[in-house]
Amino acid sequence: MANTAALTGINGLRDIRRSPAYHLTEALAAGSVPGKVVLNEGPFQTMAGVRVDPRSEAGSRIAAVTGGLPAHCGEVTGTDSISVLWLGPSEFMAVAPEAAHDSLGGNLIGSLMEALGDAPGQVVDLSANRTTFELSGPRARAVLEKGCALDLHPRSFTPGTALTTEVGNIPVVLQKTAENSFRLFPRASFAEFLGRWLLDAMREYASPEVP
Amino acid sequence: MLLISCPNCGPRDETEFHYGGQAHVPYPENPNALNDKEWAQFLFYRDNTKGIFAERWLHSTGCRQWFNMLRDTLTYDIQAIYPMGTPRPDVTVPAAAESGTASTAADSTTTGDSAPSISASSIAPAATPASATAPKGATK
Repeated sequence: MANTAALTGINGLRDIRRSPAYHLTEALAAGSVPGKVVLNEGPFQTMAGVRVDPRSEAGSRIAAVTGGLPAHCGEVTGTDSISVLWLGPSEFMAVAPEAAHDSLGGNLIGSLMEALGDAPGQVVDLSANRTTFELSGPRARAVLEKGCALDLHPRSFTPGTALTTEVGNIPVVLQKTAENSFRLFPRASFAEFLGRWLLDAMREYASPEVP
Repeated sequence: MLLISCPNCGPRDETEFHYGGQAHVPYPENPNALNDKEWAQFLFYRDNTKGIFAERWLHSTGCRQWFNMLRDTLTYDIQAIYPMGTPRPDVTVPAAAESGTASTAADSTTTGDSAPSISASSIAPAATPASATAPKGATK
């Protein structure tokens, strides 16, 4: 029998929800090296997959909801609470905090669907598709460079951009949020592998630096 | 590994892409009119070009868009990248470019002018102009 006392969250499900890397929480805390590189999961972001021609009328209606649509690879647009990541010429991912989800009192998905209307394209709730790893610290770039072929040097990968690529052979969307902090969006089934891969890549920084 | 310039995303590793076979293979105007042999020719028979080959590629872990590429199957040299649906561009093939990566400069592992000197070795006098002493059996 379900414990009905635990089902008091919104929709009765919030308190029993488990994120894809929930079981790694302790390992992520233990593997983080404060001051060098810190990894944690930022679970349950609201994500919407948007496919629309950005030059069309529906595209401009959606851009009005999200605060613009990115025009080219790497660009991130949005407001304080929503970031819109470029996945393809007519494919975007809107990422917002958990509270923006319609089931929790927000209206991100609903307002996007309303903006699209009957026009060609789609708005799909992909909140459960990917999880979010937040990697930060002065060594964060060195950790990612062990498994990512892109040029992550700040001269070419600047804060406020996002690229679809592979990290540790796992397809992820890699967003640079600040000088030394990154967000990785792997699909849920890859969260365990990528979480452990990142922990392994971070392990050397727990030891004293060898000159 | 090839470094492929996706028209949308810029240069990325070959592992992010998927190969899509020969480009510019038109779907038959009237498939019902084909006999089995012609249908099999359309389905299964592709060129096996030695040299410049037009092929389709998909940037599967990036923008998920298809594009066409002219690639030299011998040297892996990428000659052109162009959108789907556009005709094959004319590419003038450079005359048998020696596209090796070996440098004729002094060995990079040595420093200064301490490159190994060959002038004193006994084989050095053999390095006469090749045109004068073409080896026997050499073709033009």
